[in-house]
Amino acid sequence: MSEPFRTDVIVVGGGIMGAAAAFFLRRRGKSVALIERALIGQQASGTNFGNVRRQGRFLRQLPLANRSRDIWGRLNELIGEDAEFLASGHLRVTYDDEMTARIETYARDALPYGLDLQIIGGNRLRERFPFLGPEVRAGSYAPHDGHANPRLAAPAFGRAARREGASVFERTEIVAVERDAGTFRVEAADGRVFRAEQLMIAAGAWGNRLSEQFGEPVPLVTHGPQMAVTEPIPYALEPVLGVSTTKLEETVYFRQVKRGNIVIGGAARGPASADTQRASVKPENTLLQFTQITRVVPALARLNIIRVWSGVESYLPDDIPIMGPSAKVPGLYYAFGFCGHGFQLGPGVGDVMAELISTGQTTTPIEPFAIARFASAPA
Amino acid sequence: MAEPRVIIVGAGPAGVRAAETLVAAGLRPTVVDEGRRDGGQIYRRQPEGFARSSAELYGTEAARAEALHATFDDLRPKIDYRPGHLAWNVADGHLHVVHDGSAEALPFDALIVASGATDRLMPVKGWQHAGVYSLGAAQIALKSQGCAIGRRVVFLGTGPLMQLVAAQYRKAGAQVVALLDTSRLWNQIRALPKLVSRPDVLAKGVGLAASHLLAGTMVRRGVTPVEIFGDADGGVSGVSVRLASGRDLRLACDAVALGYHLRPETQLADLARCDFAFDAATRQFWPVIDEDGRSSVPGIYLAGDGVRTQGADGAEIAGKLAALAVLTDRGRSAPTEQISRLRQQRRAMERFRAGIAEAFPWPHHLAAGLADDTVVCRCEGITAGELRSVVHDKGADEMNRAKALSRVGMGRCQGRYCGHAAAEVVAAATQLSPAVVGRLRGQAPVKPLAIRTRRAAP
Repeated sequence: MSEPFRTDVIVVGGGIMGAAAAFFLRRRGKSVALIERALIGQQASGTNFGNVRRQGRFLRQLPLANRSRDIWGRLNELIGEDAEFLASGHLRVTYDDEMTARIETYARDALPYGLDLQIIGGNRLRERFPFLGPEVRAGSYAPHDGHANPRLAAPAFGRAARREGASVFERTEIVAVERDAGTFRVEAADGRVFRAEQLMIAAGAWGNRLSEQFGEPVPLVTHGPQMAVTEPIPYALEPVLGVSTTKLEETVYFRQVKRGNIVIGGAARGPASADTQRASVKPENTLLQFTQITRVVPALARLNIIRVWSGVESYLPDDIPIMGPSAKVPGLYYAFGFCGHGFQLGPGVGDVMAELISTGQTTTPIEPFAIARFASAPA
Repeated sequence: MAEPRVIIVGAGPAGVRAAETLVAAGLRPTVVDEGRRDGGQIYRRQPEGFARSSAELYGTEAARAEALHATFDDLRPKIDYRPGHLAWNVADGHLHVVHDGSAEALPFDALIVASGATDRLMPVKGWQHAGVYSLGAAQIALKSQGCAIGRRVVFLGTGPLMQLVAAQYRKAGAQVVALLDTSRLWNQIRALPKLVSRPDVLAKGVGLAASHLLAGTMVRRGVTPVEIFGDADGGVSGVSVRLASGRDLRLACDAVALGYHLRPETQLADLARCDFAFDAATRQFWPVIDEDGRSSVPGIYLAGDGVRTQGADGAEIAGKLAALAVLTDRGRSAPTEQISRLRQQRRAMERFRAGIAEAFPWPHHLAAGLADDTVVCRCEGITAGELRSVVHDKGADEMNRAKALSRVGMGRCQGRYCGHAAAEVVAAATQLSPAVVGRLRGQAPVKPLAIRTRRAAP
């Protein structure tokens, strides 16, 4: 057998979390092997909506989201590639007084975290966003949120990591992960062996399969985002739009990219399988989205969609990711299960994980995401 | 046993014969067709109120067209016919159709997809100019509306359709400036042993080729397309090719009909998750079928040019076979003698199909020579150079990766027209076989779907 490939850190999983972590680990001088079963950014990282949204998040996640937003703002000079990040603004609209009261409360609560949300109602809302439909009552506008291109972001981080000196192994399936003699040993299907002192599991919907092997199973389930895109039309819809509601079928969101297409998501989740690595868009969900998006912007009814897609996303029961050190194994770290809201966080997660792995601590609080919260869960 | 719910997609030769076979067995199939009238593309019926004769419309195939139309007219009361319905998706045993903004999910026990073919296209510099049509589109304009795509038309490409449409244009009064064929005479001569499997069709083909010479039409074989000239205001103004002799030829024209034989419309098979396999001879991925048209997915049957380019006669046989396979698989008695006779006929069709593919080969080698500024994906305006740059600079050595990073095949046609050529560009740039480079995964909707679409009231 050939000599094992040795690095300081092995990152398993080439989504945006793993690719960004590999990049920032290199920036901190760590040698890194980034191992991806298929190609960088193909699953949840490449198929999500592309929201770079902070508003509406779990408040204790905002410091991490802020750190990530800061990186998005200087991504081009940082990684030398354009992932089409656009600080277009983000508008969450409501259909009733109850939800309007909630977005007002959220705006107050988020203020100490540095989120300057503007609650706009009535005529002012329509003056500013004349395309909104008659059912829309109020909106929470986040001027510094926006969107980026998920097809480009993770692969760009992967290439940047490689340029920084990371060893990136695509199309490398892992068959065994273990800790022996104080180091981690990762074996690929083709027999290659990787060794490192530290191991980061960033395997998305497959993360649980690895955490389980270290005695830390989590109740992870998979769903597929239900995405669609229209033909291109002249750029006119500046902010990302979303609906703030407690009804899942009303939860649609959409954004127009600069070149003209409008990307649509939400209203339902679809089937996704970690085993087959496939997810699909249910045709009835596409039709449901049509009904819901035209409530927000009626003029969308004049367009056509040209494509739908999905990917395998992972969710946890409390809708909060797993991020941080293992509670059981020294040198082991996790960042997976981002519950459909990981894309915005990706660059920040990479930065924070690199900080954690190289210094043992983080300047951004990540305690709420500890895997230990599932320690008592039945295996 | 409850009567099985059978849906046929397509009312061309394969779909009509499948419906006829099922009706004869006592079933009442649903026939979903995107067209407003039956006949498919080859035997497309002119709109109501148009009065050209069959002989004018279908030439030597008039009797076959009339027979198919008559069969369908008889079937009308015995089937659930859904003209003007787009089958936009298939999932979980339902075919999703849309008609005039109204969507329905039709449950099925068996689905026969007879979705036909479109032109196989290789880009050439300037093919995005107004006035460049696919050969199929040029023929539809003539068949459906009695219109030509231009006054002075150059036919560029290869394949039997090019010979036929050029002849139809000349007959209709358009000036056929030239037939510029990328295939060579020896391609056709070498394919003769296979082509003689259908001597009557071979004779018609030779007759067509001869008719161009008799009419004094310029015919050049073994050409290399160089450029279609034109501008945004005036559209096409001319064509240049390099002749087999190495000399350049430039011709003035106001329209170009372009095409390199046909490719099956396989999106529904793809959405139904049928297995595909690479055909090395024609360098494309096809759904896997057995000799009767069963796909790898139980309950999904594929027939006609939508799965193998065997032409209209082959499609009629394939439609019957697929319907008989449905009957067999649903436990109905099916005439075994008829099945074996049809299978035998189909083998001749398949042999002829392989011969045509050899006689008029897909000029994949042209992909490597496309100038970097040649548009490959016309919907998105992606050039060969941009596509090559994601291969060389971003490591995209697989089609879906190349699509994700370059946008090739991401527009309105979803790669139906540029996908094969884009795969050849990537294959040439990576030095890999297109079998390895792969194919663009099909994604719904099959054609653009209006956001105003709503579920039909139950």
